Amino acid sequence: MNAMSDLRPAARGAMRAPGFLSGSWLAVRLAWRQLRSERARLASAIAGVMFACVLVFMQLGFRAALFESATTLIGAMRADLFLMSPMTLASFRPETIPRVRVSQALGVEAVQAAVPVYLAQASFRNPESGRRRMIQLIGFDAEAGVLDLPGLAAMREALKQPDTIAFDARSRPEFGPVLRMFQEQGPFAVQIGNREMRVVGTVEMGTSFGADGNAVLSEVNFRRAVRERPQALVDLAAIRLKPGADLLAAQAALRAIMPPDVAVLTQEELRRHELRYWEEATPIGFIFSFGSLMGLIVGMVIVYQILFSDIAGHLKEYATLKAMGYSNAHLSRVVLGAAGILALLGFVPGTIASAMLYGVIADATFLPLAMATERAVTVFLMIFAMCGVAGLLAVRKLRDADPADMF
Amino acid sequence: MENPVEIREVTYAYGEGALRREVLREVDLRVGPGEIVILTGPSGSGKTTLLTLAGALRAVQQGSCRVLGRELAGAREAERVALRRRIGFIFQSHNLLGFLSARQNVAMALELDGGTGERERLERADAMLASVGLAEHAGKQPGQLSGGQRQRVAVARALVGSPGLILADEPTAALDKASGQEVVHLLRDLARSRGTAILLVTHDPRILDVADRIVAMEDGRVVADDAARAVNG
Repeated sequence: MNAMSDLRPAARGAMRAPGFLSGSWLAVRLAWRQLRSERARLASAIAGVMFACVLVFMQLGFRAALFESATTLIGAMRADLFLMSPMTLASFRPETIPRVRVSQALGVEAVQAAVPVYLAQASFRNPESGRRRMIQLIGFDAEAGVLDLPGLAAMREALKQPDTIAFDARSRPEFGPVLRMFQEQGPFAVQIGNREMRVVGTVEMGTSFGADGNAVLSEVNFRRAVRERPQALVDLAAIRLKPGADLLAAQAALRAIMPPDVAVLTQEELRRHELRYWEEATPIGFIFSFGSLMGLIVGMVIVYQILFSDIAGHLKEYATLKAMGYSNAHLSRVVLGAAGILALLGFVPGTIASAMLYGVIADATFLPLAMATERAVTVFLMIFAMCGVAGLLAVRKLRDADPADMF
Repeated sequence: MENPVEIREVTYAYGEGALRREVLREVDLRVGPGEIVILTGPSGSGKTTLLTLAGALRAVQQGSCRVLGRELAGAREAERVALRRRIGFIFQSHNLLGFLSARQNVAMALELDGGTGERERLERADAMLASVGLAEHAGKQPGQLSGGQRQRVAVARALVGSPGLILADEPTAALDKASGQEVVHLLRDLARSRGTAILLVTHDPRILDVADRIVAMEDGRVVADDAARAVNG
């Protein structure tokens, strides 16, 4: 025991508790060392967080894709104001308004153009297999240029021909290889409803939960395809204002002259009206929120279990640390630090896996699914909160580590 | 110089009402500076409860309990936690963290002092391990050490922070005779060289020889308080 003389006791009474930051660093380091020591348990905890992460990403991704696709058509319209029946729940199933309202709109000083838009679903016969499937028809005055879809401008003249349509190349594949056939053989005949019409070009629009595919056609051709539609009724009116006109003032002026059978909405209002339908009037929005919540709960239970059993299995060690003078708060930071580490270690691979899954699903379903930074931040906060709650629940177990029981 | 432990008329009871059971009855106990006191007595005599009171692990119910100059009667939890940092604890089992090396386990006792840096902590831990004869085992985890070695790591952990008082509870209970003797003598030698007082609870007759004084308890009272026969054997 000759080495004793080497040991100079440190200055007495100079002890002060570590600062919050360095204390937290020590707590997190201890948490990491503990997690690292049991690889299998760490792996299962990470897998649990990853699972929750992927699930939430999928749910939020589907939800965003639904909402985005539901408003593709509205977003594609170059108009400032819209007339719509107040009875319309969603644009894929519109209530009609009298066509005369479109002309009436021109009575307002600020209005430059008012264009009727026709929406209907009709059967489309797959040109290859012959099977019928419902397609969304969008009819409008080709001349007015209210609809702005990639590829549409070039087809303006072609669409004026009788019985012509432009097919949405991003429709579901069940409609047949229309794009390929068009590229190979040029315009060709397809059957819409009971009418033969010619595909004279393709546009890019995309499917939505309301429509598996789209076809754009002129007002006149729309009437030919949808015979049961009375001439005096339209589904939507797109209104363009004169340059520099005040949007809200024009809206108020239109409301003043319009009978109560039409609602006057801005583009943003129409978009939100559409979203509200999917969010509130259908269980779809709820389903995705519920799915996300389930994922978070499952993840939380897994993380809680891991943290809890870590504490329960080391009660004596935790009690010893308390006897040595470690405060409950510091040990809580160790547990919460472990929760934070698990959140981070699960989130990173979870996000990578989700981004890959998005690609796979987008290819299969034609829904606009992609990893968005904003969503990643949201999910990170959710996962962090999930692990935080699990940590806070597990921390309660620390109370069972009583140093007085150690002797 | 003040006595590290000065307990006067402490009474302590578990339970309440009809279930109330007194385990300490007006106990007086004093441990002088640098003194090694062994507290002995049969199971249930209250010696362990007395030790937890001196270690600020329990709140004092009645009487006065001054440890390292701090009155513990009426002390808040945070004050007790702070005082515990100045006491070295040694338990029946080593209670080392299995996922840390011996060096890291010892350094844990220093992490409570914000004035130390990581390098200093590890250096002091290494020096302390060397002085308990484990210089070559500093990097090993507890699972790779023998029972006696683990308890020596626990001794190093209790001493590394230069505590003003060491409290030990049956430190030899889990050890065979030879390692038990070794650990206790090591503890005594280190404490002596630093002038640190020790209060040690045991009913292992083989280690009574390390004590300056032996206090015997029975049924919640001190029944004998004698200078040990073979001091510094």
